[in-house]
Amino acid sequence: MDLIDILLSASFWAAVIRIASPLIFATMGELICERAGVLNLGIEGIMVAGAFAGWVAVYAGLPLWWGVAVAMLVGMAFGLVHGVLTVPFGLSQHVVGLGITMLATAAAYYAYRIALPEVTTPPRIEPFQPLDMGWLTDIPVVGQALFGQTALTYLALLVALATGLVLYRTPLGLALRAAGENPSAVEAQGLSVTGIRIGAVVVGSGLMAVGGAFLTMSAFSSFFFEMVNGRGWICIALVVFGAWAPGKAVLGALLFAGFDALQIRLQQTGLGAVVPYQVFLMVPYILSILALVLMSRRAEVPAALMTPYNRGER
Amino acid sequence: MGEGRQAQEVVLRLDGITKRFGALTANDGIGFSLAKGEVLALLGENGAGKTTLMNILFGHYTADEGRVEVFGRPLPPGQPGAALAAGVGMVHQHFTLADNMTVLENILLGTEPLWKLGLGRGAARARVERLSHDFGLAVHPDAKVGSLSVGERQRVEILKALYRDARILILDEPTAVLTPQEAEALFATLRKALAQGLSVIFISHKLHEVMAIAHRVVVLRHGRLVGEVATADTDRHRLAEMMVGAEIAAPAPREAVPGPALLSLRGVSTAGEGNSPGLRALDLDLRAGQITGLAGVSGNGQGALAELLSGLVAPISGEMRVADRPVARWTPREALAARIGRIPEDRHRTGTIADFTLTENAVLESYRDEPFARTGLMDWTAARGHAERIIQRYDVRCPGPETRIRLLSGGNMQKLILGRALEAEPRIILANQPVRGLDIGAVTYVQERLIAARDEGAAVLLISEDLDEILALSDVIRVISDGRLSPEFPRGSKTPAELGQWMAGQGFDHAA
Repeated sequence: MDLIDILLSASFWAAVIRIASPLIFATMGELICERAGVLNLGIEGIMVAGAFAGWVAVYAGLPLWWGVAVAMLVGMAFGLVHGVLTVPFGLSQHVVGLGITMLATAAAYYAYRIALPEVTTPPRIEPFQPLDMGWLTDIPVVGQALFGQTALTYLALLVALATGLVLYRTPLGLALRAAGENPSAVEAQGLSVTGIRIGAVVVGSGLMAVGGAFLTMSAFSSFFFEMVNGRGWICIALVVFGAWAPGKAVLGALLFAGFDALQIRLQQTGLGAVVPYQVFLMVPYILSILALVLMSRRAEVPAALMTPYNRGER
Repeated sequence: MGEGRQAQEVVLRLDGITKRFGALTANDGIGFSLAKGEVLALLGENGAGKTTLMNILFGHYTADEGRVEVFGRPLPPGQPGAALAAGVGMVHQHFTLADNMTVLENILLGTEPLWKLGLGRGAARARVERLSHDFGLAVHPDAKVGSLSVGERQRVEILKALYRDARILILDEPTAVLTPQEAEALFATLRKALAQGLSVIFISHKLHEVMAIAHRVVVLRHGRLVGEVATADTDRHRLAEMMVGAEIAAPAPREAVPGPALLSLRGVSTAGEGNSPGLRALDLDLRAGQITGLAGVSGNGQGALAELLSGLVAPISGEMRVADRPVARWTPREALAARIGRIPEDRHRTGTIADFTLTENAVLESYRDEPFARTGLMDWTAARGHAERIIQRYDVRCPGPETRIRLLSGGNMQKLILGRALEAEPRIILANQPVRGLDIGAVTYVQERLIAARDEGAAVLLISEDLDEILALSDVIRVISDGRLSPEFPRGSKTPAELGQWMAGQGFDHAA
């Protein structure tokens, strides 16, 4: 199988969109936080917590969509902690974010051990199944890639669309963007910077957790340690790559997913016999760094990103 | 202009407003009222408490005591939203605009319920266009605010207030950032607003503007209300006295007694940077006991010369001599060692570190030396003593040496910088726009100190874009144009018009 064959295969494109889905959730979550002026480095841990919470809820007998809701609520709870510490208390967003990542990751692993003390192989749940959209799914290549995904993938795309709409087409989005650019503009218009920023971090963290839940409830069907595996950090880079715009960030997620799907398949070609597989694993990251360098030169960073806002301070 | 206004409807009343920041009482029992269709000027030096008072009125700060009434109803404290709803619009000195959004988006911010689909841009755009037409506030609604000039941004701020049906406009130092033409346009807008029954509070320390636009003046000094007078019943001179609390006399320097050149440039050139030219084969002597005034239109190489004297750039050709010794290496440290006292152009960005205390800022140029550092450790007691000395000798108004300098007004910040430079007993003083943005009291003070330093034998280079200031203070004048210097003109030898021709670049060919 060579490169052309890979690029023409339906399974490749289906994999691209599948791999991109959790990244899209979490990237939108991070983008919402950053657009409001808060860098949320809790993303990696919140994804782990979401992956575990969604999975364990379904394992305990809840319906799949309830699992998604549980994951989202758990993410929002961590988001609330992050928001309260960074916004009204104005603590360092780096320190709080990394702290949340460590806390959420450890809490998820701990809860896993408490819930399942004896198991060696992680138990499986019945995950979301690919939808069958009739004749749409039957279109060659495109059909399988676009219309043969699970419901969560479509939710991810909807979330991205909604993020764009809310940010650019509603008063709420206007206020949120202003909070990340010049909070005193928000304050001078009689709105609460604190409320908007905490709200953004809570909602954004909820989306991150759903991104994590995608891994256990759609991509794989069980929870195991290290499964998030740096995806959260990738999403932080994707926000920069997308210049803080939802559409470009989705493209970035698809691009990264494309490199990832490609490297898996390249490992199975003749090349894989010669080159160590670790090199292939590096490919998406190296290409992402290159793309990031090229794309983010002209990016407009939200001017008040990482700047705490203290009312009444001169 | 003020007569008969007492009978009119009172739209705003402040009563016994008191606000303290730590040990500093920024407002002390201030009360006054504003009538419909009136321009009330709030006059006072920097740090007199004008902005604090207006921030209380607008709900950014909560007053410790006192109350605010708008249209007869008490205004709940600490809520900008309540002030906006009551019809109070504020144009902040530091604009509250989001640069990455359009004019229209900035105006719409906070005007619609948050939980609503759609922004209603169409109707809003029509309304903004009508307002900008009615009030003479030309600005494109779809332009990104980040790409606008300062004057345009101010128009957006005013439009924001008008869009929200403000009946009372508060303008905080609106002309500080405007060119004279833009200021004229602003006054035209204000007159239109008055004709429509709005009332205006105009915060300023520029007397001629206050006399031109205001009906009534309220004067603040050290946080207290010290006078309230109709502009018709007063004049600039009396207002200035009220503001400063004393008779003001412009500094009248004695004749200079020039000594030897302490710094000489011979054919010195520096590299240009972007749009600003470098220096082109400059000859310059700064003599002991003499103020050399550098006149010129902004951006003609003043920055390059200031950077050269500060040690920030080194000459690329020519010879530079300090105290008659040629300079080999030239860095800021060398400049300090050569006892050049530096008063930088931008006191916020290069003059001070905003979040450092006064103590830390006071020793920024000398922290490595005795007595502030001993065997590599800071002696903060000595540093604090030094800061206290500057605070006392240079009349820096502040709660104390441990205050972060960002809390000080521009004038007080400048006094600290001046004190820091002069306490080091400099031989050469670089004063780059030393009084820009300061009020009269501070201007006079800074200028007197520079003259005193000259009389004690320092060589002063005064860079200013204000020709009046140059003419008043300089013993000799040089004009800079496109990186070149005019010959030296002794005091009184050239009229302002003649200097203006040199500033426009005429005469350099003959001189070269």
